Parts: sequence; C-alpha cells; structure tokens
Amino acid sequence: MERNIVFIALFAALIAALGFIPPIQLSFGVPITAQTLGVMLCGTVLGSKRGALAVLLFLALVLLGLPLLAGGRGGLHVLSQPSIGFLIGWPVAAFITGLIVEKLRTFSISIISMIAAFIGCIVLLYAFGIVGMAFMLEKSLIQASLGVLPFIPGDIVKVVLAGLITGALYTARPNSVLSRSSNRAAA
Amino acid sequence: MLSFESPVLTPWHRVPVVFKFIAVCLCSLLLFVFDDLWVQMAALICVVALYSMGGMPFMQAGFLRIKFLWLIVLFIILLHALTGTPAQGLGIALRLISIVALSNLMTMTSRLSDLLAMLHSALLPLRALNINTRPVELAIALVIRFTPVLISKSTLLSNSWRMRSAKRPGWRIVFPISLAAIDDAEQVAQALKARGGTTEFKNS
Repeated sequence: MERNIVFIALFAALIAALGFIPPIQLSFGVPITAQTLGVMLCGTVLGSKRGALAVLLFLALVLLGLPLLAGGRGGLHVLSQPSIGFLIGWPVAAFITGLIVEKLRTFSISIISMIAAFIGCIVLLYAFGIVGMAFMLEKSLIQASLGVLPFIPGDIVKVVLAGLITGALYTARPNSVLSRSSNRAAA
Repeated sequence: MLSFESPVLTPWHRVPVVFKFIAVCLCSLLLFVFDDLWVQMAALICVVALYSMGGMPFMQAGFLRIKFLWLIVLFIILLHALTGTPAQGLGIALRLISIVALSNLMTMTSRLSDLLAMLHSALLPLRALNINTRPVELAIALVIRFTPVLISKSTLLSNSWRMRSAKRPGWRIVFPISLAAIDDAEQVAQALKARGGTTEFKNS
C-alpha cells in the first residue's frame, strides 16, 4: 500500500520535474517538452492503474493551481485552452500504455514500451487531443488534425526515449519497474 | 515555491476560495453559452476591472502570468482568418483570454492551504461512504514535497552535464532523474512503513 502511494506520488512529481527541463526546438520550430515523456514513463514503469493514478494526481494538483505544467502553468484555466483534449487523454493514455506493457511480454521491455507508448500516447492521445481542439476552436476534426500534425515527430522521438529509458530502468532496478514486477512485490 | 499566490494583497484574497471557484466555473459556462462577440468584449473589460481592484503591480503580475497565451491567441485568429471566419476566431480568442484571466485571478488570490482544504471538503462524500481518503491526501503532500526535490536534482544534473559537455543536457538527464525518483520512492516507502504506514490514517 505505502509503496504504491509513494510511487504514484513520486511519478506525479517526476512529470512536474520533467516540465522544467528546457524544451528542445525541432528544425521546423516546434518545441518538444519532456512532460509527455513523463506520462509515457508513468504507464511503462508503473503499469496501468498506478500510471493512470499518478497522472490523475498530477492533473488534480495542476487544476488546484500548482505551477506544474511545462512553462510553470497551472490553475483551472488549463481547462479552457485548446490543448484540453490532451490533458483529459493523459490518464487514459498512461492506463493503456501500462496495460500493454503488463500484458505483452513477447519482446524486450524496451520494444514493448515503445509499442505501448506509441499506441497509448500517440494514437489514443492524439484522438483525444484532436477532438478537444476541434471543440475548443469550433473547427472540423480534419482542420484540428492539421493543427496538431507538427507535434507528432517530437512525440515519436519521446516514444523511442520512453522505451530506452524504461529498458535502462528495468536493468538498473528490476523490482522497481512495477509494470513487470509481481503484484506481491508492488503491495 | 509551488504556489501562484500573489504577495500583493487584494480584496479578492478575502473572498473564500469556494466562492471564487464557483464564480469561475459559472462565468466560464456563461461565456460558452452567450458567445456573441460583444458579450466576449464586455466580459474581458469586466475581467480587467476585477484585476484593477488589486492595483497596478497586481495587474502587471497577472498580465505576466497569462502572457504565454499570445501564441495560442495568434494561432486561433490565424486559423479562423484562413478559413474565412475571423469574427468567430476573435470571439473564441477573447473568451479564452477572459476565462484564463479569471482562473488566474482565483489562483493568484488563494492560498495553497485553502485550495487543499477545498479538495479535502470535496472528498467528504467518499468519507461518508467509509472510504479512506487519507492516502489521497498523503499522496498530494508527497508530490508537493518532492517536486522541488526532483527539480533541484535535475538542475544539479544539468549543471554537472554542462561542466563536461558543450551540448545541452535535454533528454539525457531524464534517465538519471527517473532513477532518482524510483530510489527516493523506495526509501520513502520504507520509511513510511517503518512509521506505521497508512494503517495509522485508517484509524484516525
């Protein structure tokens, strides 16, 4: 119980800390922040339920007004921005990413984590993000899709990083990658 | 410090946080329902008036906090101009600025402890159903405690990287920060368990 609570809290803090890493600019000017990488790691390292709870905890604190989002943003106003779909999709994306890592054990954890993060944090998350953007900007889904296209290359880079980092964490601390350790060890 | 609260005291600091929260939610809803351009313009003028009650330094601090919006506003106006609906784009941009400014006013004039107390009250129905909400409160306290710790560790890692390389650290420090988070989590979990864990909370 204690271990679960602490891991959930520390990974919520990790998402926040990753928001303070200066963004990398892609060649065509789109910034990549490491915060989505934190969401991917929540799923791949903590597993489905704990990963989703860590992201929910992080979002609850952002809504309460803590400046935890990239760029030091926080407060209820994040709900009124065009990126609301992505924020709503974060816990779902972490859950699906974690679920895939828990269930698929065919390949190495790095490869599985990349596949899981791609499905959860790109395919699924962008579906949420596009719907949210279309609603907030009063545009069609196709027009909204065009608006998010420039961010996909950056997120693909993060998917690869999430896979490599999860693999490295599994090598360094196998019992602490809860998505792969038994329930008894996590309790 | 993990808080947006303004050091400049305003009349809004005296308003209970629950009232401010309900007002922000209600105003946001109304701005979505009444989406005429003149309503959005009037709303923005009212929001500026609310800020002005805190004085010029408060207004400037508020403006700095929402300055990041300019890129989103530009994107909205350009997107709508290109698709032949510039008035609609302007209305959406004005609504966005008003809602963001209102929410920002709430966070700038509310203490973190009051916001957490509001969350504690919001969990009351769960406690009425005999569900232990202490783990949630413990997790919140841990995030508030450990976010600055992890940020400080990432700054140290960035500095040590810069000492040895001309390249920016960027993603290279994500692995050591994640490892630090895991190691901290293991140690804190053991310390919590040694002090009675969450069983103590269940009985309280």
